[in-house]
Amino acid sequence: MGNKKITIEPVTRVEGHGKVTILLDEENKVKQARLHIVEFRGFERFIQGRPYWEVPVAVQRLCGICPVSHHLAAAKAMDYVIGAEKLTPTAEKVRRLMHYGQTFQSHALHFFHLCSPDILFGFDADPAIRNVVGVIKEHPDLAVQGVMMRKYGQEVIKITSGKKIHGTGAIPGGVNKSLNIEERDFLLKDIDQMITWSEGALKIAKDYTVDNLEMLAPFGSFDSNHLSLIREDGAMDLYHGNIRCIDKDGKKLMEQVNYQNYLEHIVEEVRPWSYMKFPFMKNMGTEDGWYRVGPLARVNACDFIDTPLAEAARKEFMAVTDGKPNNITMAYHWARMIETLHSAEKMKELLNDPDIMGDDLMVKGEFRGEGVGLIEAPRGTLFHHYKVNENDEVTMCNLIVSTTHNNVAMNTAVTKIAEEYISGVPEVTEGLLNRVEVGIRAYDPCLSCATHAMGKMPLKIKIVGADGATVDEKATF
Amino acid sequence: MSKPKLATASLAGCFGCHMAILDIDDRILQLVDLIDFNKSPVTDIKTFTERCTVGLIEGGCCNEENVHNLYDFRKNCDILISLGDCATMGGIPALRNTIPLKECTDEAYLNGPSVYNPTGKMPDDPELPLLLNKVFPCHEVVKMDYHLPGCPPSADTIWAALTALLTNEEVNLPYELIKYD
Repeated sequence: MGNKKITIEPVTRVEGHGKVTILLDEENKVKQARLHIVEFRGFERFIQGRPYWEVPVAVQRLCGICPVSHHLAAAKAMDYVIGAEKLTPTAEKVRRLMHYGQTFQSHALHFFHLCSPDILFGFDADPAIRNVVGVIKEHPDLAVQGVMMRKYGQEVIKITSGKKIHGTGAIPGGVNKSLNIEERDFLLKDIDQMITWSEGALKIAKDYTVDNLEMLAPFGSFDSNHLSLIREDGAMDLYHGNIRCIDKDGKKLMEQVNYQNYLEHIVEEVRPWSYMKFPFMKNMGTEDGWYRVGPLARVNACDFIDTPLAEAARKEFMAVTDGKPNNITMAYHWARMIETLHSAEKMKELLNDPDIMGDDLMVKGEFRGEGVGLIEAPRGTLFHHYKVNENDEVTMCNLIVSTTHNNVAMNTAVTKIAEEYISGVPEVTEGLLNRVEVGIRAYDPCLSCATHAMGKMPLKIKIVGADGATVDEKATF
Repeated sequence: MSKPKLATASLAGCFGCHMAILDIDDRILQLVDLIDFNKSPVTDIKTFTERCTVGLIEGGCCNEENVHNLYDFRKNCDILISLGDCATMGGIPALRNTIPLKECTDEAYLNGPSVYNPTGKMPDDPELPLLLNKVFPCHEVVKMDYHLPGCPPSADTIWAALTALLTNEEVNLPYELIKYD
């Protein structure tokens, strides 16, 4: 007895539902700190029986912030299922354009709409102004940039998939449309502005990290492994590649692993206090085998970036840790802005490639009945795995989403920050609790992505009117 | 006169409807002149601090937390809007309504190909909200005043409805803004 519990609920300025519990002993020392993921969906089970071609459109409803990632990961898995993973140049490039547009908008959203209030106003700022509205009022030019960058990414998605959210562009074996010249010119007209603004955002993130390094370096930080897809020549590639995992010093733990064989290497542990599982590398075990994914892991894991401005930025980033992997949690923001710039450069490259206006959209192949699709989603490596029977029905679906891979990392950050800032203090202020959330936000978690299961509760639902009176009652079963 | 207050919640949704709100793009500059945000995932206001004129609800109810959250919104908002297909009719998450729950938990925590669960223990911590055996649209839990269909409703649809309600005009959406997808 004598334990006190602090609950942060809900965690705000992140996507989805999560809460933090911090247990304190009699001396207000932190005994335990946990991030609980409290959402449930059931995709892996209820997608069974659906036709395979429906899957890329259905599963993106896991997440409205990065639907394109699920759309494309599912499409890539289904390419493999139907034996058509060698796409036409037009199909691959249109999909890539969609994906870079998605990464661009998602990173801009996270940086400007969700996280910039912590950076611009400070962790202890009044929560009433510590949000995007505060940014609009205090830093209108910056806010408009953020809004317009996100808008640009959304326009790219709309043009490649028909809708800004939950589009239909990718289909097993290819895409259902390419760009016409008007669409291409519409996007090309603003791309240089996007590159310039990305450089500006990168500078904000870099200066913030470098100027505050003394405070930020230990903030929720810890050594870890880093996992990412990597191109065959070691370049960063957000759309396709093989798996690489490095340890805290850069030693390769997995190198150029074909992701069709991911089950030989990665499993997910179930723990009773979270609906989100805890992945780790099989051969290293639960204690040592976990890793981080996402912008920090990708910048750490790649040998180089194949666009000049982002590569220059990567070199500056790596110089801070003398070329060794950067293990600073808050460096995620800087790494994320390097990728934002990289995405803008990639979009420009693709928009200047006539293949995106080609009309050879589809290939066919020999039906395999099983396939794995991986992609580097904005938040990290996303795994989709399906089996399909001879009636075209899905019989098995396994999803390991980006945020799930960061489960141990986020919990470690939460524990570190709670121990550093909350342990033993006489009064736990809102600003101190916000620090815990700042640590979680660095990972840009997408909590509704990360939960696919559900429990059971017989509950009687009361239908309540606006005045609080019961309108109707019904049992749920 | 003080500005009307706007609150938003995402229940059993995917956040796509909240993204559609942000797709109003630079009209957000007008919106913040028109309203003050209260409880919302985009702010750090975790409990209602004032009565709100409009509450936008994304997603249906799949667990007890969703239900309590929705009760709370009904209590604190004059007008409640079901935003999108999940709030309106359960949407994709309601695909699970035809499947026994145990099959779903078993798939996720016991039978999935990458599951490592040597003890066979399921997530059951008291901190985790218990789940409803079905996903319910919002109007089966509280009285909802408006429904905006779409997966998600477009930013133009949301903008037209919201600005009408906040300026005491009649909500009169043209045909092309009503989409069920």
